[in-house]
Amino acid sequence: MDNTYCYHCGDPCDDQIIHFKDKPFCCYGCKTVFEIFDEHDLGYYYELQAAAGSTPNIAKGKYDYLETPSIAEKLLEFNDGTYQIINLFIPAIHCSSCIWILENLHKIAPGILQSQVDFPKKTVRINFESSKISLKEVVLLLTRIGYEPNISLENYDRKEKKQNKTLIYQLGIAGFAFGNIMFLSFPEYFEVNEFWLDQYKPLFRWLMFAFSLPVVFYAGRDYLISAFKGLRSRHLNIDVPIALGILTLFIRSTLEILFDWGSGFFDSLSGLIFFLLLGKYFQQRTYAFLSFERDYKSYFPIAVTRLLEQNKEETIQVYEIRKGDRILIRHEELIPVDGLLQKGPVEIDYSFVTGEATPVKKEVGEKVFAGGKQLLGAMEMLALKNVSQSYLTQLWSQAVFNKDNVSSFQTLTDSIGKRFTLVVLLIAFSATFFWIFNDPTKVWNVFTAVLIIACPCAIALSAPFTLGNMLRIFGRKKFYLKDSGVIEQLATIDTAIFDKTGTLSTRSHDTIVYEGSALSKEEKSLLKSTLRASNHPLSRSLYKLLKDQDIMTLDDYQEYVGKGLYSSKGDQKLKLGSASFVDNCSSDASDQTVVHLSTNTQYRGHFVFQNQYRPGISELFTKLKKNMELALLSGDHEGEKHRLEALLPSLIPMYFNQKPDDKLFFVKELQDQGKKVMMVGDGLNDAGALAQSNVGIAISEDINVFSPACDGILDASKFKYLSQYIGASKQAIKIIKLSFVLSLLYNVIGLYFAVTGQLEPVIAAILMPLSSISIVAFTTLATNLLGRKIK
Amino acid sequence: MSVIYVLLTISIVVAVVFFAAFIFSVKSGQYDDSYTPSVRMLFEDELVTKESSKNLPNDKNELPNSKRKQL
Repeated sequence: MDNTYCYHCGDPCDDQIIHFKDKPFCCYGCKTVFEIFDEHDLGYYYELQAAAGSTPNIAKGKYDYLETPSIAEKLLEFNDGTYQIINLFIPAIHCSSCIWILENLHKIAPGILQSQVDFPKKTVRINFESSKISLKEVVLLLTRIGYEPNISLENYDRKEKKQNKTLIYQLGIAGFAFGNIMFLSFPEYFEVNEFWLDQYKPLFRWLMFAFSLPVVFYAGRDYLISAFKGLRSRHLNIDVPIALGILTLFIRSTLEILFDWGSGFFDSLSGLIFFLLLGKYFQQRTYAFLSFERDYKSYFPIAVTRLLEQNKEETIQVYEIRKGDRILIRHEELIPVDGLLQKGPVEIDYSFVTGEATPVKKEVGEKVFAGGKQLLGAMEMLALKNVSQSYLTQLWSQAVFNKDNVSSFQTLTDSIGKRFTLVVLLIAFSATFFWIFNDPTKVWNVFTAVLIIACPCAIALSAPFTLGNMLRIFGRKKFYLKDSGVIEQLATIDTAIFDKTGTLSTRSHDTIVYEGSALSKEEKSLLKSTLRASNHPLSRSLYKLLKDQDIMTLDDYQEYVGKGLYSSKGDQKLKLGSASFVDNCSSDASDQTVVHLSTNTQYRGHFVFQNQYRPGISELFTKLKKNMELALLSGDHEGEKHRLEALLPSLIPMYFNQKPDDKLFFVKELQDQGKKVMMVGDGLNDAGALAQSNVGIAISEDINVFSPACDGILDASKFKYLSQYIGASKQAIKIIKLSFVLSLLYNVIGLYFAVTGQLEPVIAAILMPLSSISIVAFTTLATNLLGRKIK
Repeated sequence: MSVIYVLLTISIVVAVVFFAAFIFSVKSGQYDDSYTPSVRMLFEDELVTKESSKNLPNDKNELPNSKRKQL
């Protein structure tokens, strides 16, 4: 039984096996998907990749809002009445089978004309005829075959995000001009006063000049602008010497060909800008399918059901919720506003908001807060506020979320750039000074040559290539960073703060301890059979944990919502649930998540659900403790304190019952003391602290779904290697420093030619690419070696 | 000797044509998704049974081309 895996999704079939056409399935959902594919001769899906599917999970009525034209209109990319186009984000896309089936949707539903998958972004763009199939039907079809799209408030507010392609154009221009200028300047490298060459020299030179114009003023303009801005704010960044080099190269070359002094340095000029842009491009690559900028909008639904007089239902957009509206929240839906519960009882999972792992019970008349997820059937509530004023959403009005996060952090390159510029100017002026007295004809030549050769191309390339490559290596290890600047920040971290639920522990309760009198075989069997019928999350995890028992048919079974289960078989009666529900319960363990059990009116014991901590956390904490201060901030109650103390090295401060803004202020306070803080968290409750911290890392079990705004996303399975990643970042900084030394060596060689007044265009043209290429080779090799060491 | 002008013109024109092709391909979004097409081209035109192929629009290009461009 243990070795049967679902033909569709590949999950082990532990609870039940459904056989259909000689194939095993783990649930009816998977079987239905197979049936749909089979019916339309799309069985090729399973040939491309075995067990490619994911289990469909349909909540009834969830997508009714797509029938409201004003909402649908906002989501559609194109609509002319007949044809409609929608671009949907589908987190489940993960293999070639997914691409294939999603691009063959038109075989399942005739109304769909064409669908195209963008795999890196995990989106599918569907082109359909609205008279034959509606938007809701399209979404339901996708959900039914296991590709549920993720539609949230974020899609509703979508602004047209134009991808910035300027850098690619700049790179194209620079590369194009570089190649052509190289060709044109080649004859003059070997000039032997030939008649033919002399005849056409001006033509070649002016052509090079023409090619260099777009390079300097379009491709290289960012450096000029940045240097100008830096100078205006009295800040010498690395772009200052670069801009100085570019301008000197251009002006000297233009003057040279104008007065026929020489052939100019147009080849070096365009090559320099081309390499610089290449580094920039290398550094900028990001993960298209991840978003690091999420706020509550990505979690919130677009629409909710408002109840009108006589219980009529109406779908409205969540921004339209007004104080006093009655709202229907269905099973597994998110509560969008703070309100009063009107019909229940309910259990609300607040884990995204507070970090509290256990669902909270609420009775009619109690207040419920936005961000919770309804777990028990449908509920009705009265809105007390509108969306943006809710307790949770107000967190985003904190200053951290509004200020531009391009903080005052000075990169290594910039701090080098400052000293570098001063030294270069010093050398240039002293060399000039020297030649004024010795040979005034060489002054102009030497002064410009120093500025040209000292242009810190190789220095400017060290960081982008090292960090860009590290970014890629981390990405392969499932540690996704927002940009390469995060690596530099990570290397400076001296304080690390961890969230508990979802970060140190898994979200699910996987460790269950039974405390009480031992159960007989019949009782165990009855218990298992009772649990089998229940869909409550605690029942499911308890069911999975109990050893195999004979399943019997129950005489009586009842589930009391929010209280517990009751069942009987013969003269055996069993009650399972909360302390007030079972008989004669005397135990009091309110700090923990407990399920009590009584048989035949006698109290037997209780199951304690404990958080399962991720493997390797004590080793991780011991390692991190050596280099930095640690702390734990949890929104949960203190129930787990003793277990944590046993698990973690001593002297780690732990703070419980922390509200989202408490965490934010905690981080801020540390930063005010001059600490560089790394926050590791997972839920919305950490969002403030993640944004405030120097490096905010979100732990995620499934990188495609939930992660709040952060600087990096770490796959939960790699959590124990976090210390290695920090170590690797520090090593990367060392690599950058080493390559600085290397590029300074090239500069010294070049400066020798420059100061002595013998800089020929051909030397510049050799030295410049040589230094750049060797720096790129060195950093790439070194980082790859480093990458091999980390797991 | 003026053949050099002709050669230069030709060489620059060729270069500019390729450059224009590059700009055009970036503009039209060919570099937006550099992975999916590599998988897509490997799919076989799998067999579709006769009865089901009749009533299904198997032509992906049913949408007029002009319509696609404006999207």
